[in-house]
Amino acid sequence: MTEPLLTVRGVKTYYGNIIALKGVDLDVHEGEIVTMIGANGAGKSTLMMTIFGAPQAREGRIVYAGTDITRMPTHMIARMRIAQSPEGRRIFPRMTVLENLQMGAAIDEFAHFDEDLNQVFSLFPRLSERAHQRGGTLSGGEQQMLAIARALMSRPKMLLLDEPSLGLAPLVVKQIFDAIRELNRSQGMTVFLVEQNAFHALKLAHRGYVMVNGLITMSGTGKELLASEEVRAAYLEGGAH
Amino acid sequence: MANPVSAAAPSLDYGRIAREALVTGLVATAILGPFIGLITVQNMDHQLILETRWPLLAALIAVIVGVRVFFSLFVWNRAVKIKKVAPARVPFKIERFAAPFFLGLLFCYPIFVLAGLGAGGSIKWIDNFGIQILIYIMLGWGLNIVVGLAGLLDLGYVAFYAVGAYSYALLAKNFGLSFWVLLPLAGILASFWGIILGFPVLRLRGDYLAIVTLAFGEIIRLILINWVDFSNGYAGISGIPRPTLFGIPFNATDKGFAAVFGLEFSPIYRTIFLYYLILALALLTAWVTVRLRHLPIGRAWEALREDEIACRSLGINTTTTKLTAFATGAMFAGFAGSFFAARQGFISPESFTFMESANILAIVVLGGMGSLWGVVIAAVALVGGFELMREMDFLKMVFGQDFDPTQYRTLLFGAAMVAIMLWKPRGLISTREPTAFLKVSKSVSGSHVSEGHG
Ligand SMILES: Nc1ncnc2c1ncn2[C@@H]1O[C@H](COP(=O)(O)OP(=O)(O)OP(=O)(O)O)[C@@H](O)[C@H]1O
Ligand SMILES: [Mg+2]
Repeated sequence: MTEPLLTVRGVKTYYGNIIALKGVDLDVHEGEIVTMIGANGAGKSTLMMTIFGAPQAREGRIVYAGTDITRMPTHMIARMRIAQSPEGRRIFPRMTVLENLQMGAAIDEFAHFDEDLNQVFSLFPRLSERAHQRGGTLSGGEQQMLAIARALMSRPKMLLLDEPSLGLAPLVVKQIFDAIRELNRSQGMTVFLVEQNAFHALKLAHRGYVMVNGLITMSGTGKELLASEEVRAAYLEGGAH
Repeated sequence: MANPVSAAAPSLDYGRIAREALVTGLVATAILGPFIGLITVQNMDHQLILETRWPLLAALIAVIVGVRVFFSLFVWNRAVKIKKVAPARVPFKIERFAAPFFLGLLFCYPIFVLAGLGAGGSIKWIDNFGIQILIYIMLGWGLNIVVGLAGLLDLGYVAFYAVGAYSYALLAKNFGLSFWVLLPLAGILASFWGIILGFPVLRLRGDYLAIVTLAFGEIIRLILINWVDFSNGYAGISGIPRPTLFGIPFNATDKGFAAVFGLEFSPIYRTIFLYYLILALALLTAWVTVRLRHLPIGRAWEALREDEIACRSLGINTTTTKLTAFATGAMFAGFAGSFFAARQGFISPESFTFMESANILAIVVLGGMGSLWGVVIAAVALVGGFELMREMDFLKMVFGQDFDPTQYRTLLFGAAMVAIMLWKPRGLISTREPTAFLKVSKSVSGSHVSEGHG
């Protein structure tokens, strides 16, 4: 087996004196879709932000593409071609859709902007209709699409998505998950996905992890986790269809 | 068509304008009534008696309502239109005509004044109105980079103005360097101080940043007051060399401007020269701002204003982004400062008080953060308005010899602030012009987007 693209080993993250991650181990291989599920407050978003260096891990190591990024500043991590659609989307509200997308291409000084624009517009045609609308006036689903599209504009090798289905209609969720699958299949993009929508997210994923209280308690292929009694009881009850 | 709204030009809602004008009048009456309408004076027996000044009150209210209606009809009307057609590229018609008109007016202003009033009478108008307003427009545009674009609330901007002024004054007096060498140098020194201020405040935002920048402005002023050997303290620096036109001074000697060009000596030439100099400096500021907004660094400033964390995760180095914003803003204050010193020939710490920072910030905020046009309107209204009050001698005929209109400056200033914040909480021109437009005939279907230039 080759080296994983992303390796997380024994990572502990604190907010002040409160420990949020209690020693997390996790691997994401190149070309994989990996899903992490867990209850509210388990530490999923914290892990995602720790990979991005904000906050930094107090203990442990995070290695990406052979480079230790544990102590790297956030903007340098982003320049290693990891892109993120963070929790809460964090689009630029007063800037237009187009300008938001431009900021996604900022690390290359907008060099391949026009080219990539066509690609994200074909992925999310809705955004092309709204190209000159201010980001803050988009609907929730459109904002989510914009956050993902903006992350894609940097031509990432690895994409981190924090709850992309949050607050979206089932049809839009399907659209977004289809888009993720398509990116993975056609471009071999590596995706690390945090989701509450466990059923769809695990179906989409090659592998999955379950996080409870700042620790990984289970891992396996998407199918294995979907079949597991514990996962069904805790995260899928009533949700499976 | 995707965008039917833009086809039908929205008609003016006269009912709404009338209603708003009425409300304006009522608010103005409520605010101004007690202050302007009533006055206590001492009579012969040294008793205080109450006198009324209804005509003045009525005149002021009429002016305020008039301005309100004017804005409803010609200025804000535009913003409303833009909101309605927000999804598409809006052809900024007003800007297209307003910019050349405004520039033409600025270039011709001294000529008009000269033609109308003659050399003797026009110095005051070119200097007090033209140059004074342009200095504030330039300072407003400079601060706009820091506050309006990058979203960093700076209450100590006048410190960089002071650095520019003292740099020029001290270097010109002590080393005899010319204005044209010192102008860029003053800008560089000011931006250097911008970076010095930037470093400690990198982690601060909003209120905390404002307090630290305020303190910074005061520190610079206190240093200038107390380090007497360096800056001559309260007494200030006088006899600062005046700028020359490529070596030709504006004085009455044989080598002076008037003699060289075979004209009769008059101080008006220097005033006109200074006018065009500050005009050029101000336009440089605007041009740089407009250009930068289309470059990576300017876009990063605006993104920083919107969401710092998102910026970082998009690979933007927020440290350098903030420092360049402080440095660029400070540089223009430095230019303006050295111009100020050269124009006055005398500077002292008095000119660089917190009140100045507050005025400049007020111009930026009232104008609408980030808007170059807003700064122009606010600067003309505030600075021009102040200067104009000095000229209102005719009011003395109406209200008696004791009436001094300048005493009402601060009052009117406050009233204007309150009024604008009530009607336009985001400033006079709050629409932000996008910097990016879709090109047609991309793979994107053309019906979604109207024509635009990229
Ligand atoms: N900035 C912060 N300061 C202090 N505590 C924090 C902070 N951010 C998160 N926490 C705490 O850390 C724990 C993990 O939070 P995190 O946001 O990672 O949860 P999550 O798994 O993403 O939950 P959800 O599914 O609700 O998004 C929670 O107990 C939360 O209260
Ligand atoms: Mg979360």
